[in-house]
Amino acid sequence: MSSESENAYFIPHDAKWPIVGSIGLTLLLGGFANQLNGSTSATNVMIVGFLILVYMMFGWFGEVIDESESGTYGHGEDASFRMGMIWFIFSEVMFFAAFFGALYYIRIFSVPWLAGDGSGASTNEFLWSNFEAIWPTNGPGDIGGEYKKMGAWGLPAINTLLLLTSGVTCTWAHWGLVANKRKQLIIGLALTVTLGFIFVGLQVLEYSHGYHELNLTLGTGVYGSTFYMLTGFHGFHVTVGAIMLTVMLFRSIKGHFTPENHFAFEAAAWYWHFVDVVWLGLFIFVYWL
Amino acid sequence: MTTVTESHDDHHDHGPAKGLMRWVTTTNHKDIGTLYLLFSLVMFMVGGAMAMIIRLELFQPGLQFIDPGFFNQLTTVHALVMIFGAVMPAFVGLANWMLPIMIGGPDMALPRMNNWSFWILPFAFAMLLGTFFMDGGAPAGGWTIYPPLVLQGGNGFPFMIFAIHMMGISSVMGAINVIVTILNMRAPGMTLMKMPLFVWTWFITAYLLIAVMPVLAGAVTMLLTDKFFDTTFFNAAGGGDPVLFQHIFWFFGHPEVYILILPAFGIVSQIIPTFARKPLFGYSSMVYATSSIAFLSFIVWAHHMFTVGMPLQGELFFMYATMLIAVPTGVKVFNWISTMWKGSMTFETPMLFSIGFVIMFTIGGFSGLMLAIAPADFQYHDTYFVVAHFHYVLVTGAIYAIMASVYYWIPKWTGNMYNEKMGQWHFWISTVSVNVLFFPQHFLGLAGMPRRIPDYAVQFAEFNMWSSIGGFVFGLSQVFFCYIVYKTIKGGEKATDEVWEGAEGLEWTLPSPPPYHSFTTAPEIK
Ligand code: HEM
Ligand SMILES: [Cu+2]
Repeated sequence: MSSESENAYFIPHDAKWPIVGSIGLTLLLGGFANQLNGSTSATNVMIVGFLILVYMMFGWFGEVIDESESGTYGHGEDASFRMGMIWFIFSEVMFFAAFFGALYYIRIFSVPWLAGDGSGASTNEFLWSNFEAIWPTNGPGDIGGEYKKMGAWGLPAINTLLLLTSGVTCTWAHWGLVANKRKQLIIGLALTVTLGFIFVGLQVLEYSHGYHELNLTLGTGVYGSTFYMLTGFHGFHVTVGAIMLTVMLFRSIKGHFTPENHFAFEAAAWYWHFVDVVWLGLFIFVYWL
Repeated sequence: MTTVTESHDDHHDHGPAKGLMRWVTTTNHKDIGTLYLLFSLVMFMVGGAMAMIIRLELFQPGLQFIDPGFFNQLTTVHALVMIFGAVMPAFVGLANWMLPIMIGGPDMALPRMNNWSFWILPFAFAMLLGTFFMDGGAPAGGWTIYPPLVLQGGNGFPFMIFAIHMMGISSVMGAINVIVTILNMRAPGMTLMKMPLFVWTWFITAYLLIAVMPVLAGAVTMLLTDKFFDTTFFNAAGGGDPVLFQHIFWFFGHPEVYILILPAFGIVSQIIPTFARKPLFGYSSMVYATSSIAFLSFIVWAHHMFTVGMPLQGELFFMYATMLIAVPTGVKVFNWISTMWKGSMTFETPMLFSIGFVIMFTIGGFSGLMLAIAPADFQYHDTYFVVAHFHYVLVTGAIYAIMASVYYWIPKWTGNMYNEKMGQWHFWISTVSVNVLFFPQHFLGLAGMPRRIPDYAVQFAEFNMWSSIGGFVFGLSQVFFCYIVYKTIKGGEKATDEVWEGAEGLEWTLPSPPPYHSFTTAPEIK
């Protein structure tokens, strides 16, 4: 019997969304590339591509949600989705690892070498003999001009508290879901989403502070590069995570999910904890140390 | 009981849809596998055509046919197409076709995503190949896309970056699907240590893929922002370092070369026992060797950068770590040979290609060991010796294994036997010509001929001529291969279910060709 029911693993047919996604992705990226090359009309192509991608996601996820709600999935499918999400998050970890790796390499090797450490002695002497290794730096070429460091204990510290709290509210919502306390679920999610979007808002504020008051831009040497790329990709992931949780909030209000069956909620929650952990790394290595 | 039966009927009602849309919207692992394999064959021919032009230009010293800029575009795009367009999709295609069958599952675990993994690729390669027609032409800084050179490219640059992003998305989704399928879709009784080695090697490859493709994505993103958004990751004036790019790139790049070879190890480990009519020697040591190779592949990357400037401790560490890989690799070669030892061997085409693989891949492994010696690499680096090395491991390694797998499984896929005589001809012409093509490149490299140049000093003329002749013959024999495949798809002697006498594995228990849904009831695992 048990092996029989395993055979009923659901194999969907006629997947029409992937090709829509490919077209959207191609238009988005192709348009972006054209824009980078200086074409003025390319922005429209990008927007169309982006809208197609959004349409694809609504369609694709919508279909999966319908299937889930109509009881198409059993344990097998559920396990597949879980593993898929876990390894997807792992791949995201490796994406951030590339940027963290760049940050460490720059701080541990390239900046000290430029200042004459180790094998960099002649580089320093003949090219930039006045350069000293101090972090943060915009390099011996003073790229981007005078700037000020982004402090750790203002907005970033508040943001740390916000994200950590949101991790707690998210887990609290999950407890509510498992105990079938729907109200706790909805309140917990609403709080999490709110905290998430406040985080993003504060991040925007911080960027504007950096650009307008500190003269800290993407072009401020390696400090600006690593600062904005790391926090920028993180902020993007927070936004995505917050949108995911918003969808979960609406689904909870509509009465989706049961104490046993709520993969989508858990996936979004895992994702949320993942961006949380990345933030801790950022707070320590980008803002603080 | 009734509900279960109903869902079975349901399955059978859904045969393949008709016409083109069948292929666009399919979620069937065999359809998607076929798409991947055909795509890979097309890319193999496209990349091959570029190689033919390269060898034509190198036939004689002096500039004959194309200008140096275009030559550089060709070498760059040839490599990208062969790696990301030919070898990787071929392996993913084989995984799609064979993994669910080999583990006794109904299909891949995430069938819709499977479709998307494939259908991103044609768009990505349209973007990449489109750069040839843009201002400034295709990227010409080499497939390793080192800054600052690559940043000096024309309009094709951002398109190449985004094409790489798309290939990465496709590979990561494909890899996730493989992992989930293997972990979650095995028939009851198919324990991990009973899995065929092709499944094992792909399992490990998939982990390599999700670990390093995102790192490549990060690296090319930094290139993009360095060029267009004022960042200075790879610019010393801003405190960055061009060498940083090389570290990140090769942190991806070395595991990537194992992504290109581990599934090949798996294929050969399937084929040799069949034609030696003996079980694989040292099954579990194969699994452990593959895992250690995968682990070691993460800590050897800087052997590509010995000459770029590294602290002495770095040179030594990466030299010894690289040499260490020879140990598990040696275990594998030993096991293949021991499997054949005292076997009752026959030499059908798949076996020929597998034996060719074992011998010539080992030659490539040895030249790799020579390159791993840091002080010696100061002489060899960026010469034709490196070109010879990686073509031995990739062409007579990865590609030979893919050829072997096609001959081995095509009777199962199509229900028709290929023409054995033609297969043998294909093998022998390829094997003679590929050695005429790549062996002299060792000597050229040792004598100091640099790689990636359209012209060379006259003392290199003779070997280059031989190499080009070998290249043209090898190219032609792959056209012949396409013909053999075409003929087999169209018809031929009917294949039995078992196809090969002495073949073990679940794929041989299904009819040839297998039904649209492989195992609707989980098979019995011995
Ligand atoms: C015993 C195993 C191996 C060792 C010790 C080894 C060692 C090396 C070394 C030291 C280099 C750098 C040479 C230089 O640029 O100066 C190199 C290059 C290369 N190897 Fe291997 N290798 C091995 C196996 C493989 C395998 C299995 C593959 C792929 C299937 C491979 C593909 C390549 C490629 C593509 C390059 C050239 C990359 C480039 O610069 O474009 N190698 N190998
Ligand atoms: Cu390597």
